[in-house]
Amino acid sequence: MLLQVDGLRKTFGRRVAVDGIGFSIDVGEIVGFLGPNGAGKTTTMRMIAGYLEPDEGTAKVFNIDITQERRRAQERVGYLPEGAPLYGEMTPWSFLRFVAETRGMSREAARHAVRRAAQDARLGDSIDRPIDTLSKGYRRRVGFAAALLHDPMLLILDEPTDGLDPNQRHAVRDLIKKLGEERGLIISTHSLEEVEAVCTRAIVIDQGRIIADKTPAALIDEHGTLERAFAALTRGEERT
Amino acid sequence: MKKRPGLASMLAIYRRELLSYVTTPTAYVFVAVFLFSIGLFTFQVGGLFEARRADLSAFFAFHPWIFMVFLPAVAMRLWAEETRSGAIELLMTLPAPTWSLVLGKFLAAWSVAAAALLMTLPLWITINILGAPDNAAIFTAYLASLLMAGAYLAIGSMMSALTPAQIVAFVLSVLVSFLLTALGLPLVLDFFSGLVGGGVAEVLARFSIMHHFDAAQRGVVEFRSVFYFVSLIALCLGFTTLAVDARRGG
Repeated sequence: MLLQVDGLRKTFGRRVAVDGIGFSIDVGEIVGFLGPNGAGKTTTMRMIAGYLEPDEGTAKVFNIDITQERRRAQERVGYLPEGAPLYGEMTPWSFLRFVAETRGMSREAARHAVRRAAQDARLGDSIDRPIDTLSKGYRRRVGFAAALLHDPMLLILDEPTDGLDPNQRHAVRDLIKKLGEERGLIISTHSLEEVEAVCTRAIVIDQGRIIADKTPAALIDEHGTLERAFAALTRGEERT
Repeated sequence: MKKRPGLASMLAIYRRELLSYVTTPTAYVFVAVFLFSIGLFTFQVGGLFEARRADLSAFFAFHPWIFMVFLPAVAMRLWAEETRSGAIELLMTLPAPTWSLVLGKFLAAWSVAAAALLMTLPLWITINILGAPDNAAIFTAYLASLLMAGAYLAIGSMMSALTPAQIVAFVLSVLVSFLLTALGLPLVLDFFSGLVGGGVAEVLARFSIMHHFDAAQRGVVEFRSVFYFVSLIALCLGFTTLAVDARRGG
C-alpha cells in the first residue's frame, strides 16, 4: 500500500479541523479531495506531508509512519503546497537545485534530477528566467517540478490548478494524468470538472470527516451530476 | 549518492540565503549604512585621530550600539519572511532536520556581518600607516566583534521565528539586544542595585554583552567571554529551532 491513513485528527484551539479521517491509496490511483472551504482538505494534506503533526492517528507512506519517522516518510512524498510558494528572486534552475540539495542529493545527482523534473514539468525556456517574471502557470509548473525532483511514488497536490487560465489548467491536467500512471496522487480541488477529468476516485470531506469515498462515475450514477452530488453531500454546512 | 542530510541541507540553505542577500538590496543597504554609521561615530564622536593613539578603540567602542540596531534588521526576515510568503511550508516538508535550516540561515546572515566588518579593514591599514598599533590586539577585537555580531543575529533569528511580522521581529530583537547590552552600563547597574541589591546587579552585569566585549576590544582574550558569546548563539539558535518546530503543532 502506498499510503495508509488511519484516524487522523487535528484541532486548532477548540475548532476541530480534521476529525478521524482514514483512507488508503495505491499506485495508479488519482484521488480527488473535494469539499467546501474549511472542510479539512488542506490540513489533512499537510499532515500527510509532514508539515503539521496530527493530534491523533497515523499516516503511513510505504508503511513508514509520518508521526514516528517524519524525515524518512518525507523522502518518499512529493508535495505541492497551496499557491506553490517559491523564491521569486531565483530562477527555476537555481530553485530546483536548492530543493534537490536540501533533500540531500549530491551536486551531480541534483543536476540530473533537475534536468529530468524540468522536462517532466515542461518548463522549457523558462528554466533560466527569474521566477518573479514567470506566469502563474509556469510558476505552478516549477512547484510541480520541485515536487517531482526525487521521483516520489506519492504526490500530494494542493489546488494545483487554482488561478490558472483554461489553457494552463488543461496542460496541468494532462501532466497530472501522466504522473498518475505510475504513482499515487492526491489532489485537492474545487473544480468538479477536474475531478471528472482526471481522478479515479473522489473523497468528499466536510467538517473534518469523510462523507463519501467513491469513483466519480459512482457519484454521478447516484446523484446525476458531480455538482448535485457535492451539493447533496455537503449541504449540512450551508444549514449551520 | 547522498551527502549527510543535515550538512547538505545546511549548505543548500546557506547558499540560497546568501544569494537572496546579494540579489536584493538588503545586504548592500546594510553594509553601506553600517560603514557610514561606524565612520561617523568613530571619527565624529570617538575622535579617532584627535586622540593621537595608534589603536582602534574609538572604532570598536561603538560596535555593540550599531550592531544592536542594524543586525536585527538583517535577521528580521530570516523566518518571518518564510512564514509571510508561505515558503515555510515548502521548507518544512523537505526531509531536512530543522536545526540545519536554522544554522544555514544564521550562517548566511553572519557572513553578511563578516563582509561588513571586512570592509572596515582600510581603517586598520590607515592606523598602521600613521603609527605602530598592537595588531594582535586589533585582530582579537575584530574576532570578538564578529562573535558579538553572531550573538545579535542569533537573537534576531529567534525573534524572527516567533512572529510572521518582520517589523515586530525587528522591534523585539532591538529591545532584547538593548537589554542584554545595557545591563553592563554603570547607569543601569546602579538602577538594578537600588532595586535588587548590589550582589544581584553584579551577577546580572556578567550576562551583559558590553561586559564581555569590553576586555576583548582591548585585545584581551578571555575564555569566559568566548564561552559567553558561543553559548548565547547556541541558546538562541536552539530556541529558534524549537520555535520553528513548534509550528508543526499548528
